[in-house]
Amino acid sequence: MAEFEKANSLGEWFDQRLNTKGFWRVMMTEYWIPKNINFLWAMGALLAMLFTLLLISGIFLLMYYKPDVNMAFDSVNYTIMQEVAYGWLFRNIHGVGASVVFLVIYIHMFTGIYYGSYKKGREMIWLSGMLLFVLFSAEGFSGYMLPWGQMSYWAAYVITEIFGGIPFIGDELVIWIRGNFYVSDATLTRFFMLHVLLIPLAILGAIVFHFYTLRFPHVNNEEGEFFDYKEESEKYLAGDKANAKVISFWPDFLSKDFMVISIFMIFFFYLVFYHNAFAMDPVNFDKADSLKTPAHIYPEWYFLWSYEVLRGFFFDIAGISGKDLGLIAFGFAQIIFVLLPWLDKSPMVKPANQRPVFKYWFWTMMAILFVLTIFGKLPPTGVNAWIGFASSIAFIVLFLALPFLTKIEAKMAGGK
Amino acid sequence: MINESRRGFMGKAFGAVAAVGAVGSLVAMKKTWDPLPSVMAAGFTTVDMSKLAENKLEVVKWQGKPIFLLKFAADMPAVEKRSVKVGDHYYSVMIGLCTHLGCIPAYAPSSKQFKCACHGGEFDAAGINTFGPPPRPLDIPPFTIKDENTIVLGEAGPEYQQLIAALSQEQTKA
Repeated sequence: MAEFEKANSLGEWFDQRLNTKGFWRVMMTEYWIPKNINFLWAMGALLAMLFTLLLISGIFLLMYYKPDVNMAFDSVNYTIMQEVAYGWLFRNIHGVGASVVFLVIYIHMFTGIYYGSYKKGREMIWLSGMLLFVLFSAEGFSGYMLPWGQMSYWAAYVITEIFGGIPFIGDELVIWIRGNFYVSDATLTRFFMLHVLLIPLAILGAIVFHFYTLRFPHVNNEEGEFFDYKEESEKYLAGDKANAKVISFWPDFLSKDFMVISIFMIFFFYLVFYHNAFAMDPVNFDKADSLKTPAHIYPEWYFLWSYEVLRGFFFDIAGISGKDLGLIAFGFAQIIFVLLPWLDKSPMVKPANQRPVFKYWFWTMMAILFVLTIFGKLPPTGVNAWIGFASSIAFIVLFLALPFLTKIEAKMAGGK
Repeated sequence: MINESRRGFMGKAFGAVAAVGAVGSLVAMKKTWDPLPSVMAAGFTTVDMSKLAENKLEVVKWQGKPIFLLKFAADMPAVEKRSVKVGDHYYSVMIGLCTHLGCIPAYAPSSKQFKCACHGGEFDAAGINTFGPPPRPLDIPPFTIKDENTIVLGEAGPEYQQLIAALSQEQTKA
């Protein structure tokens, strides 16, 4: 070990022992971000912010929440909402935050699809992002159960029942997951464990991994341009910041992020204080009753599109039952986004509007997801059922067609 | 060379110990998630059928599940392989969970239909699926007929065995 000089400041003392200056340089001031980006590139920092808010509000809720079928409902709706000072605030932040985090996840995800940020070396960014999407979905689902209202209960019931569709072991698997023949105290306590410990731990790990995957392929930019980061960063460091195509993560990039975060937080707390009803379903203010299904059940808005794919198949086709077809389609919808880097056969990394074929595909997909989301909330009767069926089919066909469409695009681009 | 083989041996020994430990841990973790013995033993529900009114759905709880009991009125014909005769009357005895995704259908006495609000499935009074995504009729719970007024849910009596045998025959034919 090298001889240590006496440190002249606290900063130097830590630097000698932890190389804090070197660490800061590598992680912050010399971590390069392209200059040619817009506000959509701030969604990652925004998500980190929202996750922190959820974590902090969750810790405060955890002090009064009781994971027991006889106490859970009152501990949320009476103790936290009425007795605990500012308990309502933490619940509203947590409930609204859970809903809004999915809004930002979807913006983040569709930004990535629009700009082609999932291919040509950026596959691991995409995969780790999709892993985070799955983990956040599991976190949202397990958390939704905890207030133990009617929606909590029946959402838990229907979603765990889905595992019954797995061949051979399905029925036993459902009982195993629930810890009982029906959704009960054992189910509540194990999903409580998942919600407050195991899944958040996995999310933290996945976030760190997601950041790491950005390190080598670098963040994409508005034009999908590939350039030499070493060369550009040297320009920047030499003082030619005007001509360099890169900026530093800190202070350049993050200060812009903080601007977006500020604006978003004003919007967010406006929702928390004045418009939180959308995240607080009135049906969930009835206590869970295992003998009474609410007249109409539906998931939170961010699961509606895949829920509609699940129930879109309401009749048998070619001897396969509607239930199995729905489950197969649902499984397809869950994994198909993960495979996107391999379904897109076009070498073009460009914003969708500059891609001759992909632009139609992208906006069609957005339209179909919109229709699925709207009809996922409506009762599945009459013409609604048929629209649900048609858009579920359209969703599947769209993704199956993507490899062929993008091959045509690759030819049009002339093998570029 | 000797060092290499020693290191190889230590690696294999560690691998073996870790494998046994991993398998043991997984078994223990799986069993921890199993339903508790008290849950598995959750037993039998006795129902007094004489209290049922015609064409009015009665719901009782058995193993946490809702059981539909429907006494058929005179204008409702008994359905072969599904209706249960207790005393002088025919009844539907069914698990009241939609065979699609387990919601509880509601009974409309006027149209003599069960309608599931979740995904639009419909069943007739005997529990046979008539519309929507449900893949099969409502399931029949194990039951036994004790006397002309009483049945016990959870015990597979001869009448239940007959129904199930008829059902499985039908399935093999299909």
